[in-house]
Amino acid sequence: MASMRDIKRRKSSIQSTGQITKAMKLVSTVKLQKAKSRAEQARPYSSYMYEAMVDMLSRTKNINHPYLIDSDNPKKAVIMITSNRGLAGGYNNNVVKLLLGGELAASKEDVLVYAIGRKGKDAVARRGYEIKADYSDVINEPEYADARAIGEAVLKEYIDGNIGEIYLAYTSFKNTVSHEPKLIKLLPINVEDNGEEVNTKEALMTFEPDEEEILDAIIPKYINSLIYGALVEAVASENGARMQAMDSATSNAEEMIADLSLKYNRARQGAITQELTEIIAGADAIS
Amino acid sequence: MADFFNVKIVTPDRVLYEGQANMIEMNTADGEIGVYAKHIPLTTTLEPGIVTIHEEEGARFAVVHSGFVVIMPDEVTLMAEIAEWPDEIDVERARAAEDRARKRLTESSGDIDTVRAELALRRALARIEATERL
Repeated sequence: MASMRDIKRRKSSIQSTGQITKAMKLVSTVKLQKAKSRAEQARPYSSYMYEAMVDMLSRTKNINHPYLIDSDNPKKAVIMITSNRGLAGGYNNNVVKLLLGGELAASKEDVLVYAIGRKGKDAVARRGYEIKADYSDVINEPEYADARAIGEAVLKEYIDGNIGEIYLAYTSFKNTVSHEPKLIKLLPINVEDNGEEVNTKEALMTFEPDEEEILDAIIPKYINSLIYGALVEAVASENGARMQAMDSATSNAEEMIADLSLKYNRARQGAITQELTEIIAGADAIS
Repeated sequence: MADFFNVKIVTPDRVLYEGQANMIEMNTADGEIGVYAKHIPLTTTLEPGIVTIHEEEGARFAVVHSGFVVIMPDEVTLMAEIAEWPDEIDVERARAAEDRARKRLTESSGDIDTVRAELALRRALARIEATERL
């Protein structure tokens, strides 16, 4: 049995860890509330944008726009959103796994990573992926302007023909306890995927100046809105994941403290019993 | 009296306006247009400018910078990257931006800079005009 002093030391160390995890949980709970309301406020724009896109694409099927046709360039850009800080359970790892496993794993040298979040960037850089750009500071306080800057940078590469496909890897925020890592393809947009039921009643839509110019203007905005939505959802997911991780860490610490208290009391009782036995034995020997 | 229709102004970080109007004026790529109910379906891009929403109890102004609008017979949805009410505008900043843009236009060199400065100037002017109407 470990000595009383060892157990005591262990217990106080776990106690202070528990205090830290408890404080971190409180902090991320507050941050989660904030991030959650931002994510919810961003949703209407994204969904209207998506509807407008689907609607337009279903009406303009025969258009040959570079945003819509598959290019034969094998290079793929991946915008990967993780966090700058750890201690969030599997949050960062799950996003990294999307990249390492799945369809993008086959051709590592064709993948260019646009990293947002240091944790993910370090993880994939270690595995030999090329980091094309690092926007890690953005994740601390994502603004729409940041999403636009990233979107424009990636789109420029796409237009210049340096990359053939653009993907977005992030953690989507469903609710406080459920977050799902997602890999979605931003460009080229597959018309078949989006071509849902065409509403024939309203099929007569006029475009000014013309369809192609509208597509030119709307698709970048659509991409930016997706990136912005992903950023705010990722922040909410990160805090949600951290809150959960810290919650279970705190309850683990409490469990260990209870266990150690029991052991400590037993050790103390053992020591007392031993001392008593020794004294009695000594007294017996003298008399 | 003209019929009323739904108007929505949506930006990435909030829904700026949602309500009923009988007419809405805005600045599109092809110039300023006014839309009444039962307009033909139209999608067009927006230029920096003032959007005037004619509600039952009067007109409201909002400033919209770049975006697009989807017009349906019974609904108009404006999707703007930036949109704000006049009372949210910092006039000092807008004036500073105007001066900066004008300066850049007079001593401009590259094409991209000129386009950018022009856009900045139009944004600043739209902002200033909106605050003056308040």
